[in-house]
Amino acid sequence: MTNSPILDIRNLHAEVEGKKILKGINLTINPGEVHAIMGPNGSGKSTLAGVLAGRSAYEVTEGEVLYLGENLLEMDPEERAQKGVFLAFQYPVELPGVNSTYFLKAALNARRKAQGEEELDAADFLALMREKMKVIEVGEDLLKRSVNEGFSGGEKKRNEIFQMAVLEPTLALLDETDSGLDIDALRTVSDGVNRLRSASNAMIVVTHYQRLLNHIVPDRVHVLSGGRIIKSGGKELALELEAQGYDWVKEHAAVQE
Amino acid sequence: MSSTSQPLETWLARFDTQTALLNGHAVGPVQAMRRNAIARFSSAGFPTMRDEEWRFTNPGPVANFTFHMEEPPSLTEEQLGLLGLNDPGTHRIVVVNGRIAAEHSSVGTLPQGATVTGLAAALASDPAGVAELLAGYPEYQTDQFVDLNTAFFTDGLFLRLANDVVLDAPVHVLYVSSSEGEEGSSNHPRSLVVLGRNAQATVIEEYVGLGSGRRFTNPMTEIVLAEGAHLNHIRVQNEGEHGVHVGSLLARQDRSSTLKQFTVSFGGPLVRNNTCSILNGEGAHATMDGVALARGTETVDNHTTLDHAVANCTSHELYKSILSERGHAVFSGRIIVRQDAQKTDSKQSNRTLLLSDEATIDAKPQLEIFADDVKCTHGATIGQLDDEQMFYLRSRGIPVDEARAILTYAFAEELIEQVQLPALREHLERLLEARLVA
Repeated sequence: MTNSPILDIRNLHAEVEGKKILKGINLTINPGEVHAIMGPNGSGKSTLAGVLAGRSAYEVTEGEVLYLGENLLEMDPEERAQKGVFLAFQYPVELPGVNSTYFLKAALNARRKAQGEEELDAADFLALMREKMKVIEVGEDLLKRSVNEGFSGGEKKRNEIFQMAVLEPTLALLDETDSGLDIDALRTVSDGVNRLRSASNAMIVVTHYQRLLNHIVPDRVHVLSGGRIIKSGGKELALELEAQGYDWVKEHAAVQE
Repeated sequence: MSSTSQPLETWLARFDTQTALLNGHAVGPVQAMRRNAIARFSSAGFPTMRDEEWRFTNPGPVANFTFHMEEPPSLTEEQLGLLGLNDPGTHRIVVVNGRIAAEHSSVGTLPQGATVTGLAAALASDPAGVAELLAGYPEYQTDQFVDLNTAFFTDGLFLRLANDVVLDAPVHVLYVSSSEGEEGSSNHPRSLVVLGRNAQATVIEEYVGLGSGRRFTNPMTEIVLAEGAHLNHIRVQNEGEHGVHVGSLLARQDRSSTLKQFTVSFGGPLVRNNTCSILNGEGAHATMDGVALARGTETVDNHTTLDHAVANCTSHELYKSILSERGHAVFSGRIIVRQDAQKTDSKQSNRTLLLSDEATIDAKPQLEIFADDVKCTHGATIGQLDDEQMFYLRSRGIPVDEARAILTYAFAEELIEQVQLPALREHLERLLEARLVA
């Protein structure tokens, strides 16, 4: 098995509507790793996830991103997804009139086709859906409903993880997956994510609060502030942040520089 | 008012020679109706774009051409299967170029008090009785094309249910318009649906086309709902690139009756529907929904009228248009609330999805409110595909073109998924898919 990184971000600068948000991000993620990105509001956490997923609102002004050795920034969003990048949205949009089963089958088959694999027919896909319902509990009626339509916040987040289970990404970007979730929902979602961790994939968990990281235990924690990673550490860093707050880290990081 | 033109003269001449062949007899109420209709048509002529009712739509494709009656070709069951809905659970009547094709029509066992037959047959068996039911709609709902249909109608559906009769199986009328020759062909089907008190039925009128010649379908459907009656009516237009279609559906409703009308138009050189209902008894309700698709240089023009003549009636309208290339749609929704129509509750909504820069929609809500204690809301939205929804689909690996097709389909699906009959719903979904992929 190759040891080369899944993701290699070098000096990434990005802006939105002319405003600079990311001011030189450097990050390397290897197979099997879970990296947490924490930071106060406005630090650029969601921007980072958005840039990696390919949101057109963000303009990359400098730097590069290599995904499995290829230039990620040159790929359309669908190409990134077909190659195994998955974004679990912070605010998943509703798609009234788009059947959930149809949608997921189209997504999976687009990925399989791009990888040179055979597409699944309706019967095989339905069997796969049922298998994946063991990873994270979603209602049976989900199969028949429109995507996210009428779902509560918690149900939408669970649906994101269910999609992740079906699509089996190589790099998952979890954008504030814990926002809006109560303690039980948090546990359900985290259990699902943990079941999907493997030695050959990787995850970036973007979060504002430490408590998610009690359930999805990261290998590395990075603190984002003012568009830069100002401190990195092991999982204990998250607990330090929780105890001391972001201001402490900012001062501490400034002193060290 | 237009001056006499060659097409108009052709219609008048045709009336003289062909009227003898039509099912109206030389004397009798139907023949009198026809003579009055052609006289009115002759003096009014075809509309032009200077007429308010045709302000947004060029009647040229029908006004500037001559059409003759073309003998209906004989069709195979297989051909019909490819053209329209195939549901053995329906009572089916097939009309080809305005004439019923008995060999393809089959009406199953009917409950007592139900009559499902051709209009010509009904007129032949009870000329005075059936003629009396015809043309009871108010004058303001008629226009030149209703007059043209009255002058030239050949056959169509006659459905009558006695009080309390429930027709479980839907009635499906498949109108095939066919033309091969140099000269265009026209057909003028006419339907009459009369439901007694508390009677219930579902009627599907589907218009399809065959052949590469010019075709003009000019239908008229008249609906009479007695107290407490309930009618689901679905109209499907899929006549192809040569199908000019100008027709009307005129309904009148008594107390507590319900009309649910849904029109799906797959575009044509000129498609114009007038859909009207007059709510004449308290507690009546009308739903008028529609999906119109226009691409290339197609035009789909839906003019609706909901006349709240008395108090305590409700109405609900949702018309959606999907326009691509240089497709053009018109939605003119007229709501009249008469002076005595207190406690009227009416909602009208028009939504358009523009898939290109050249597509156009003319949306004209027209509210004429003369009562003071009413609830009338109306709204129109015009937009493109939602960026966030597009990104969501692409972020899951779905390519741009497929994502567009999925969201466009979803836009129409809001209405199509409400069709209760599974076979019809699937048929419409397949037609929609085929249209979006092409």
